Amino acid sequence: MKRVAAYRAPYPGTQPNHLHPPYVSSIKRAPTRPPVPIPYTLSELTGPSFEPEIVAPKASDLTRQHSAEPLGERIIVSGRVLDENNRPLANTLVEIWQANAAGRYLHAVDQHDAPLDPNFTGCGQAVTDAEGSYRFVTIRPGEYPWRNHYNAWRPAHIHFSLFGPAFATRLVTQMYFPGDPLIPFDPIFNCTADEKARNRLISSFDWETTMPGLALGYRFNVILRGRDATPMEE
Amino acid sequence: MSLQATTSQTVGPFFKIGFEWLYRDSLAAEGVSGTRVTIQGRVLDGDGIPVSDAMLEIWQANAHGKYAHPEDTQDKPLEPGFKGYGRVPTSADGRFRFATIKPGRVAGPDGNPQAPHLLVAVFMRGMLRRLVTRIYFPDEPGNAADLILNLVEPARRSTLIAKNTAGDPGTLEWNVVLQGADETVFFDLGL
Repeated sequence: MKRVAAYRAPYPGTQPNHLHPPYVSSIKRAPTRPPVPIPYTLSELTGPSFEPEIVAPKASDLTRQHSAEPLGERIIVSGRVLDENNRPLANTLVEIWQANAAGRYLHAVDQHDAPLDPNFTGCGQAVTDAEGSYRFVTIRPGEYPWRNHYNAWRPAHIHFSLFGPAFATRLVTQMYFPGDPLIPFDPIFNCTADEKARNRLISSFDWETTMPGLALGYRFNVILRGRDATPMEE
Repeated sequence: MSLQATTSQTVGPFFKIGFEWLYRDSLAAEGVSGTRVTIQGRVLDGDGIPVSDAMLEIWQANAHGKYAHPEDTQDKPLEPGFKGYGRVPTSADGRFRFATIKPGRVAGPDGNPQAPHLLVAVFMRGMLRRLVTRIYFPDEPGNAADLILNLVEPARRSTLIAKNTAGDPGTLEWNVVLQGADETVFFDLGL
């Protein structure tokens, strides 16, 4: 077969299994048959790309999408998107969504008894620059209860969605905040066996990006899969 | 220096907030060449209950079998107005639907052309990592020799092949069944 540089398989334990019974919603949804391994073809090695113009300049500032500012603690969330070979991934789309400061999502299904904020949608987009960097201005999301188990609460988090260069590199994840006491009890955070891998989902407080008198800075780097250095004989 | 890929997490139940701006249920603009086809179906959980909070992403080649991507160096034309990307949510009754064109055959790693297919990634609440699968086309002579289809045990291949709908030649039916006897075949790409 033709030599193709495949995307590297994840290190054992660093990615969740589909079934994680403490996260109850996974029980009826996780496939029961093992996934069928396949070689990489052009289909998986290619993937969607987007013109940077589809993202409006204001889309990365979630505090400026309405007539007034949202309530809550203003924060800067920034970081770099790299591949496993430590190469910056430029010009890749980053999408985020989150609850408001009271822990309520602007979504019909969210019935949490906390106020909506007319000045906060909770949705943002950015395209990484030549160094793979992105930057969002937002407010710190609130924690909120959910029905997974008795007295279940989600730690504060921001959802991240990234594409990278190929269908194979697509990733959706969640970013957490340092020092959040709910993190060790969260079945979604805990779905990944490898402790170091899941702790990398926790952003770090950062003086460098903190804006004096305006907003605290949090850093969150995202690593997408990298390719093997040498092509593999299939 | 080698890093480790960031851990995947579920999209949760509220992904519409983040994903809706890029919903695309019509992949091919007017004038794009190829046979028009609408693909519709449902996402069903282990109890056969429709999944109302799932999202499908589609990636496909154009009618010539060419991907709009620099890694595709096949000597085939690109189609203006066709990027090959779709994103559709399921409705309250677990249904999804998108319109596109039937892709051409893309070279496979064994040197033989693959049968026409779409790649599909499935995201939903309760799914900690996306699911990856393919949609193939019915009555397609290339299916029999397709490298990927032949890696699937014969009894399960039909879960990857869309079905004709009676009386509506432009519409195909294809379901995502998460568990059970008719469980859809999902592929292991490592992640």
